Amino acid sequence: MNTPVDIATESITLRIDDKDVSCRKGETVLQVARENGIDIPTLCYMEGLTVWGGCRLCMVEIAGSPKLQAACATVCTEGMIISTQSPRLENYRRMIVELLFAERNHVCSVCVSNGHCELQTMAVKLGIDHVRFAYRFPHLEVDNSHDRMRMDHNRCILCTRCVRVCAEIEGAHTKDIKGRGVLAAIIHDLDQNWGESSTCTSCGKCVNICPTGALTHRGTAVGEMTKKTTFLPYLTLMREAQP
Amino acid sequence: MKPEELTAMAEKVRKQDAHFSHHIHVCTESGCVSSQSDVLLKNITDEVQQRGLKGKVCVKGVGCMGLCCNGPLLKADDTMYQFVKPEDAGAIVDSLTSTPVVELVCDTKQPFFARQKLIVRENAGHIDPESIADCVAHGAYRALLKVLTSMTPQQVIAEVSESGLRGRGGAGFPTGLKWSTVSKAGGKTKYVICNGDEGDPGAFMDRSVMEGDPHRVLEGMAIGAYAVGAGQGIIYVRAEYPLAVKRLTRAINQARREGLLGHGLFGSNFDFNVEIRLGAGAFVCGEETALIASVEGKRGMPRPRPPYPANSGLHGCPTLINNVETFANIPAIMERGGKWFATIGTEKSKGTKIFALTGKIKNTGLIEVPMGIPLREIIYDIAGGIPDGKAFKAVQTGGPSGGCIPAEHLDITVDYESLTKLGSIMGSGGMIVMDETSNMVDVARFFMEFCMTESCGKCVPCRVGTYEMHELLDRICKRQATMADLNLLKELCDMVKQTSLCGLGQSAPNPVLSTLRYFENEYLKLIQSSPASHAGDGDHHVALEVLS
Amino acid sequence: MTTPTAKPTVATVWLDGCSGCHMSFLDLDERLITLAGLVDVLHSPVVDQKQFPQQVDLTLVEGAVSSEEDLHKALIIRARSKLVVALGDCAVTGNVPAMRNYFDRSDLFARAYVENAQEPTTPEERRVVLPVLGVPPLRPHATALHEVIKVDMFLPGCPPPADAIWYLLTEILAGRTPATTTVSRFGK
Repeated sequence: MNTPVDIATESITLRIDDKDVSCRKGETVLQVARENGIDIPTLCYMEGLTVWGGCRLCMVEIAGSPKLQAACATVCTEGMIISTQSPRLENYRRMIVELLFAERNHVCSVCVSNGHCELQTMAVKLGIDHVRFAYRFPHLEVDNSHDRMRMDHNRCILCTRCVRVCAEIEGAHTKDIKGRGVLAAIIHDLDQNWGESSTCTSCGKCVNICPTGALTHRGTAVGEMTKKTTFLPYLTLMREAQP
Repeated sequence: MKPEELTAMAEKVRKQDAHFSHHIHVCTESGCVSSQSDVLLKNITDEVQQRGLKGKVCVKGVGCMGLCCNGPLLKADDTMYQFVKPEDAGAIVDSLTSTPVVELVCDTKQPFFARQKLIVRENAGHIDPESIADCVAHGAYRALLKVLTSMTPQQVIAEVSESGLRGRGGAGFPTGLKWSTVSKAGGKTKYVICNGDEGDPGAFMDRSVMEGDPHRVLEGMAIGAYAVGAGQGIIYVRAEYPLAVKRLTRAINQARREGLLGHGLFGSNFDFNVEIRLGAGAFVCGEETALIASVEGKRGMPRPRPPYPANSGLHGCPTLINNVETFANIPAIMERGGKWFATIGTEKSKGTKIFALTGKIKNTGLIEVPMGIPLREIIYDIAGGIPDGKAFKAVQTGGPSGGCIPAEHLDITVDYESLTKLGSIMGSGGMIVMDETSNMVDVARFFMEFCMTESCGKCVPCRVGTYEMHELLDRICKRQATMADLNLLKELCDMVKQTSLCGLGQSAPNPVLSTLRYFENEYLKLIQSSPASHAGDGDHHVALEVLS
Repeated sequence: MTTPTAKPTVATVWLDGCSGCHMSFLDLDERLITLAGLVDVLHSPVVDQKQFPQQVDLTLVEGAVSSEEDLHKALIIRARSKLVVALGDCAVTGNVPAMRNYFDRSDLFARAYVENAQEPTTPEERRVVLPVLGVPPLRPHATALHEVIKVDMFLPGCPPPADAIWYLLTEILAGRTPATTTVSRFGK
């Protein structure tokens, strides 16, 4: 990997939001923007995993292109002029996040991830104070079968970060997707209970990578903290025993 | 197979045919089979046998003759019959030597037949799709022979480019340009894929080509493979087309047996094999990257492009993907030349296009017409106009990705550009005609429901956007909506169109946008008649002023 | 009752919610005194007036629209208020009251009034009857306020912090549209 890099041919200059930047050949617009402190919102993108291009929050305008492009999946080319912010893009992004809130049952107030959820944070960032679309209110299950982790489909946004980390990093490919459209859902093995999966290594990467409260460690939900009170009689006894 | 063997094979069939003094052709495609044309074919064969005419009358099952609404169709020598029932077999056989069965005669001089121009479907109705010898006798594989013995791949591509042929799958991408891109792409292994995942409601053009002339598709693919340097072809057909699958499988086996597929075709060093992959009926698998994922055994979901399949397709190799009808045009272009093909059609849309006519018209079925034909001619002449004295309202083209064209634009010519200009698309060739009784909001809701259930769920705008658009349309239809809902619907349509990952989502709002463009009054009427569910639609800025 | 006054008039309403938003409102503490100087609170769970006034400038609504009564109230509120603000997550999103929406109403009633009921001891108790008289019928879904009436502003939060409520009120009284997501969020 020590081949010398020909700077002239291997580097690319482009302009993002009126800022001249340069990058190496093959880098995506999202990578270059973030390297240069320009924030483009994303939910499905995760550094280190393959690009998915599903959340569509990172759509940017490229001069000369009639279509918007997903920054995560667009490789930089020489002389590109990109704008990552515009009233139109912000409006689209807001609608997309509103759609995610309407799709499943995201009840922030009773969620384990309240306060550290990427969907919730995104709503704040985009100034979403209510959802204009009709909530679907689907009846979804919580998979409580794994002894260490839990999958709550009510809070899943189908970003598939868990699917990709499981297949690409852990190499287990326990998780995948079933169904179409709004009926799509994350499954384990052949749509079994997670706890019955023969391929899950219980590594927990999926839990750590999940942007919302859909994947959690057991014992972290509201009301799950167990109190151990049996120590009290002993303490009292010891105190009484003192002179 | 050696070149001379092909001619010998054709000659042999022609010689056999010369012995027959009469021919009876029965349509054996899905439409007519569903009204018992298979039984009819058997009865006719039996009747011929009983009368001892086996050596004199040639009875065969053939491809679609077009006028599907009047099926089963049958051709006895030069007379076409319609609505033929299995019990009419005897009378038909008798008519060969006497007068025609008047009450069943179908007039082939009517505009439905007379105004058509057949290239892709030129052999439909004449050949037995299950017999390779019969197909060869009607010219199958002659173009491939010509290409392999006298043309370089570059010449083939040049010919296709000159023809001006554009993809018949919907988007209308120039075929020559696509071929040349794949041809220039590096890499030893390349693939050719034929997209037979026709999924638009009311469309059956590709099914008909695959059922009626499967060898034409194989030949087109082989020529494409030669041009781009591929050795393996895949036909992706949906499993809901069992007859097409059966005929294609048979055609592939026959071609392989005859040496028209396999190693060193016609003595050249060109190898080509084809296999069939069945789709499980997901509409999105018609999108090329989703189709490739499906062929690879993965979940059929699109991925962002670029890279385009032409550079990185099946198994990461350069892949040529064309639609069934596109490939079926190739043999004719190779035989008669790109220049000839380019004389048909308009400046930017060349050749012919097959349309599936359905809905409120007299003649429903398949037609092949030159590009640039006036829409009015299709609706009123070929399709015979609207039945029951009703007025024409709109025609929907391009399926769930397309739009409606209202009566005031009936005089447009049918080509890629003018349909796009009116907010619709050529699409794969579905044409659904609606009369004055149709509710256009309901039409939009129908197509949105289709998109909603066919969305793969990968990208948010399509997955949830189609659901919410359907919800809003449903509210409007049920007279529960407000103007705010209509405005939200418009905003949502724009967002889904601009941000969706693949063509399914990007075009899902089209039926709404085009009905809004021409029939917004129908939306407004439904909204105005809905009981006001939102009170006090005042502007809050006014209130703010009062308060301060 | 609604005597004309120079000060803007305010009403607060409690629909299907836990009253947490009103508690948060009361958490304005000493600022309540300041507020009393700025506006007249005509109708609220914390004042005596039981009927919703004929005309009010600003109404803060806590809670989701769950029953037919809630809907009835919401329509009256809209008709008689110049400005309607959805206060807190229940009014903004449906929140916890909407968690019943994933179930059928008959299942809910069975759960609440039969399965979870005490072991019956008397014959009367054995005749399980769902309460009907004097109980407003439950709508199929508990929904956000803006699903049934036009809402002018939204202050999310469960509950919205007192500071956020103060910010909302002072901005409105200053004639500005408050940027509510800068001070609160869903679930806060």
